[in-house]
Amino acid sequence: MRLLNRSAGRLSRHRRGPIAGLLVLVCGLLLTGGMYAAFAPAQADSNQSQEELVKEGRELFLVGCAFCHGQNGEGVLTQGGSQYGPALTDVGSAAVDFQVGTGRMPMAQPGAQAPRKEVVYTKDEIAALSAYVGSLGTGPQIPDAELYSTDGMSQKDVDELVSRGGQIFLANCTACHNFEGSGGAMPRGGFAPKIRGVDSKHIYEAMLTGPQSMDTFSDGNIPPEDKKAVIAYLNELNDAPSYSGFTLGSLGPVSEGIIAWVGGLGILVGFAVWIAAHTTRSSKKKDEAAA
Amino acid sequence: MSDAHDTHSPQGGEIVPTGPIADPGLPDHQWRPTDVDPAKEKRAERQVAILFGLSAVSTVAFLVAYFTFDIGDNWDVIGGFGASTMALGLTLGLALLFIGVGVIHWARKLMADHEISELRHPARSSDDDREVAVQALTDGINESGIGRRPLIRNSLLGAVGLLGLPAIVMLRDLGPLPGKKLYHTIWGSGTKQAPMRIVRDGIWTPILASDLEIGDLVNCQPDALHNPERYGIDPSEVEGVNLQIHKSKASLILLRMNPGDIKPGKAADGSSRANWTVDGIVAYSKICTHVGCPISLNERTTHHLLCPCHQSTFDLADSGRVVFGPAGRPLPQLAISVDDEGYLVAQHDFDEPVGPSFWERDYYER
Repeated sequence: MRLLNRSAGRLSRHRRGPIAGLLVLVCGLLLTGGMYAAFAPAQADSNQSQEELVKEGRELFLVGCAFCHGQNGEGVLTQGGSQYGPALTDVGSAAVDFQVGTGRMPMAQPGAQAPRKEVVYTKDEIAALSAYVGSLGTGPQIPDAELYSTDGMSQKDVDELVSRGGQIFLANCTACHNFEGSGGAMPRGGFAPKIRGVDSKHIYEAMLTGPQSMDTFSDGNIPPEDKKAVIAYLNELNDAPSYSGFTLGSLGPVSEGIIAWVGGLGILVGFAVWIAAHTTRSSKKKDEAAA
Repeated sequence: MSDAHDTHSPQGGEIVPTGPIADPGLPDHQWRPTDVDPAKEKRAERQVAILFGLSAVSTVAFLVAYFTFDIGDNWDVIGGFGASTMALGLTLGLALLFIGVGVIHWARKLMADHEISELRHPARSSDDDREVAVQALTDGINESGIGRRPLIRNSLLGAVGLLGLPAIVMLRDLGPLPGKKLYHTIWGSGTKQAPMRIVRDGIWTPILASDLEIGDLVNCQPDALHNPERYGIDPSEVEGVNLQIHKSKASLILLRMNPGDIKPGKAADGSSRANWTVDGIVAYSKICTHVGCPISLNERTTHHLLCPCHQSTFDLADSGRVVFGPAGRPLPQLAISVDDEGYLVAQHDFDEPVGPSFWERDYYER
């Protein structure tokens, strides 16, 4: 008891010290955080049943998605008859996981393109939304990690996969997404996005579901093992060194041409201006007699 | 009073010069600091020498770099440029640049820069000169005796004239004319027992019609390019350059769309294309009818296929109609069906030549 009193007294002496306030604040934050973690309902709880997930997803859907996609995901048409938000009845959970998980949905505004942006929902909310939309009808499910991950494969197998993936990528993907996956322009203001550095799961889902204007590459079109090959190839591209310096966005002749014309010719023009410029003149006359 | 004055300029326009205006000549030459100040001259001289010296140093550095760095295996040094590449390029570039800059600096600061006017002379030579030249030519002709010796003259003319023939004969190598090759593709090489299967490009697997879903796009090739024996084709026919030629005509894109979206058009012989599709699966040539770029930029939502070269756009739900761009003709459609195992096959060859136009395209029977 005396010990306690003594230490309390020692503490009390420091209570107006310069770091006391900060210390109290940190302790308070830690306590609040710890309490929340201990007592808050764990949303990603694996015990949470599918039904509960769907129910939670429906609530999120009504708040964030129903305005464009309809209260039951049936889609909304404009007065002109074009689509305001497409029906989500048969898009499957993979489509939601891709669109919301890459930040494309919710869209900031209607337009030709739903660009990738900051993700709005948390992981758990995305899982709930996917479960709800997946429950509306048919459509591809979120793929398991073993479908796209090369973990645990031998280097030789991975190399073979990368080589096969390259063939498939060059035949099917480069037309829109560029030979290095840097993306490219599409009609009416759209563009095929850059697909380098994208999560393997999202690439798999994009092939399955064909986001926006993209064609689908269903399992009957490109079998799962070949999808894994494409992803392995893209990951290999990400890790591949960029020999000889700048890639200039890997866009081919466009960016290289701009650099050559603007930069290269600019330097030459600069030299031409320097060569033809007047030199400094002196007001003095040369002493002809001395010369 | 004042009005009358204003109509004429106060100075009046009536001052007529009494004689021709004197040639003002060139303005006085203005000297450069380096011309009038020996100290500055000396300094500029040193600057030029330093630039040339820097060039020499760069050249030596180039030689050092050549023997110091291994070519190729240190690509990640110096910001990913590669020590060898970077050092060799930079030193050689600087060596040349310093010589150039030095010469220009020399010319600007030290070489004489007095303006000189040079009067024009008539281009015609003097009559004396012309006479001498004509005389020399005539003497030469006489001495060669070309007028007196028609045998030599004629044989020379014949020999030189004949030299033109090889140039004409070698034009033959532009041929032989393609004949009917441009009218047919290997899709027509299927038989009744083995109709030409449609296989995935790059991985060469046949495609079950039931496997495809609405919205799928497949880039395809004829099975014969990978599997010629099945169709009784000599393997050498689909190797090397022959393979490329076949691919350049036979590349195909396959699309499954909602069957209700398809508007069947007319075939070349006037019959309907209604039975050219399988449950909404349509097949079109991948070769643009404008200048022959391979196309597969498809928009699933509109069925519009865009050529990346010149933005020709084709509507694949409407017989490949051109909806935009310079292409003159719709994309040729391939009539497809399924074989007894359920794999997609070509019914027959395209019913028109694929790819860009050529002169005799529409003048001959296929």
